[in-house]
Amino acid sequence: MALIEIRDIHKRFGEHQVFSGLNLEVEEHQVVCLIGPSGCGKSTLLRCVNGLEEIDGGEIRIHDERITGPGVDVDALRRDVGIVFQAFNLFPHMTVLQNVMLAPMKVLRKSRHEAEQNAMALLTRIGLQHKASAYPDHLSGGQQQRVAIVRALAMGPMVLLLDEITSALDPELVSEVLNIVRDLAREGMTMLLATHEMGFAREVAAKICFLCEGTVHEEGAPEEIFGAPKKERTHAFLKRIIDAGRL
Amino acid sequence: MERRFQASAPPRNPSRLAFAAAGVAVFVAAASWVTLVDFRSALASLDIAGPSVDGCLVALGIIAIVIPLAPALKAIRRARLSRRNLELGDLIAARVEAAASRNSSSVAFGTAASQILVLLGILFLIANDLAVSRTFFYLPLMLDSLVLILKAFWINIYIFMIAEVLVLIWGLAVAIARLAPGPGGRPIRMIATFYVDLFRGLPAIVNVYLIGFGIPLTGLPILKDLSQESFAILALTLTSGAYVAEVYRAGIESIHWSQTAAARSLGLNHLQTLRYVIVPQGVRQIIPPLLNSFISLQKDTALVNVIGTIDAFNQSIIIASNHFNLSAVTTVAVIFFLITIPQARFVDRMIERDRQRMRAGAK
Repeated sequence: MALIEIRDIHKRFGEHQVFSGLNLEVEEHQVVCLIGPSGCGKSTLLRCVNGLEEIDGGEIRIHDERITGPGVDVDALRRDVGIVFQAFNLFPHMTVLQNVMLAPMKVLRKSRHEAEQNAMALLTRIGLQHKASAYPDHLSGGQQQRVAIVRALAMGPMVLLLDEITSALDPELVSEVLNIVRDLAREGMTMLLATHEMGFAREVAAKICFLCEGTVHEEGAPEEIFGAPKKERTHAFLKRIIDAGRL
Repeated sequence: MERRFQASAPPRNPSRLAFAAAGVAVFVAAASWVTLVDFRSALASLDIAGPSVDGCLVALGIIAIVIPLAPALKAIRRARLSRRNLELGDLIAARVEAAASRNSSSVAFGTAASQILVLLGILFLIANDLAVSRTFFYLPLMLDSLVLILKAFWINIYIFMIAEVLVLIWGLAVAIARLAPGPGGRPIRMIATFYVDLFRGLPAIVNVYLIGFGIPLTGLPILKDLSQESFAILALTLTSGAYVAEVYRAGIESIHWSQTAAARSLGLNHLQTLRYVIVPQGVRQIIPPLLNSFISLQKDTALVNVIGTIDAFNQSIIIASNHFNLSAVTTVAVIFFLITIPQARFVDRMIERDRQRMRAGAK
């Protein structure tokens, strides 16, 4: 059974129908990439899996547990499902270390000592231990995003959702962030990511899902989607990406 | 036809402006001198006279003449230089001198205008045989009553110090109540909104009066036995708390929703998100308006005179009616004025330090 099962979900923002019967599955230890034109609902889908958005119909299950609809403890859900945002969203009034330690201490009730040790170990892993006492605004975009990833990892999530985490970065800073994701994939972290980095998606993902008009329009292994897309819209989308020199 | 570059035209003649500035400066200098002569006779009527006083006055007079005249004369000189350079054909130098001349003219006008305001102030103080000064600034009475006033001012300090601490807590509680989420929070939101509407609409003086005289009359246990100062603190906390709650709410709502999303996505609940992420950032935004509210509160402590508390203002009224002179009240005004300035500077420095710590590029 898949770790994340998204079944026939519907959602609308006012007049705009975001999802009309979208289905998607993510296996444990699998990396799944969401691609598609902007406005197709990639970010919204991730936010639904994390409980930051509610859906109007259908259901999402994780470990065969329904996590949408009434009676769900979203705070408990979020302890196990981490998300990293496009704009980092670090807390600007806290140091890097405090950013990473906050949730483990307040949500998991870890001791300060334990939370700090864990945080420092994670920061060391991404090579930012020397920035532990710096404030986020003193860091480059790439460093901030690495801290944001570590902040999510500090909760020991079972699933990590990555929402276009390199879109706000200068080109030369993208690789330092993607290297971490690559490492996580190698270690078997289950990840669902929305991305415009097609080359990276091709390299790291086990499955690519092309979102279009409120559904998963086409899905398959990277070589199928990028090599020989079956559907016309997928083909057109990828052609525009190639024309822009991004694949 | 050949097109000409407009900016290469010769500069406008700055001479007229410079002479106008000189005219105004001469007028202000003359007016200053006349005012100082009047001032000297006013001082003489107070038995303040002698060579040292005259020396000071002459020095003041010279300063009063030099301040507006110096830039005016400089303007005329630079205007001449500009004309001469134009005749020599040095367009650039002419332009530089013309600009310098106009600058000096505007400095002359600006200082002359502010000097006239100062002169009017001095004339007001010495008018009608020093009537204004005697009424508001009668020094012997001010000095005699100073200790009494300062002792009474302690009551004001006591009231606003305690009220400020309570307001900080109470205002935040109300603001959080106004932001209570979900349908369960609706009645809480409504009560909090009603409280804010009520106490913002109610004049503080009426509130102080109602609580200060009303609660003792009710005979309620514990409450009726509180001191007058406590009633004042209670009343001012309720009034100021309504304003401060709105200030807090504005600060909280100014924090971008993505911060809430980030905190909630880590598993923090609503109150934890407010406590650790939103309120600490919101409070930083609202320190200046919070100081405004505090200064209002400090000044409102003078309202306790309606319930008969002997604060600095009430004390000064007693002195004023005994001596038929308002100078003691002026002392109170000056004290209130003096305590606000260091607070404003302190808050400015605090904000700057906090900003330097968090913002990039500032070490």
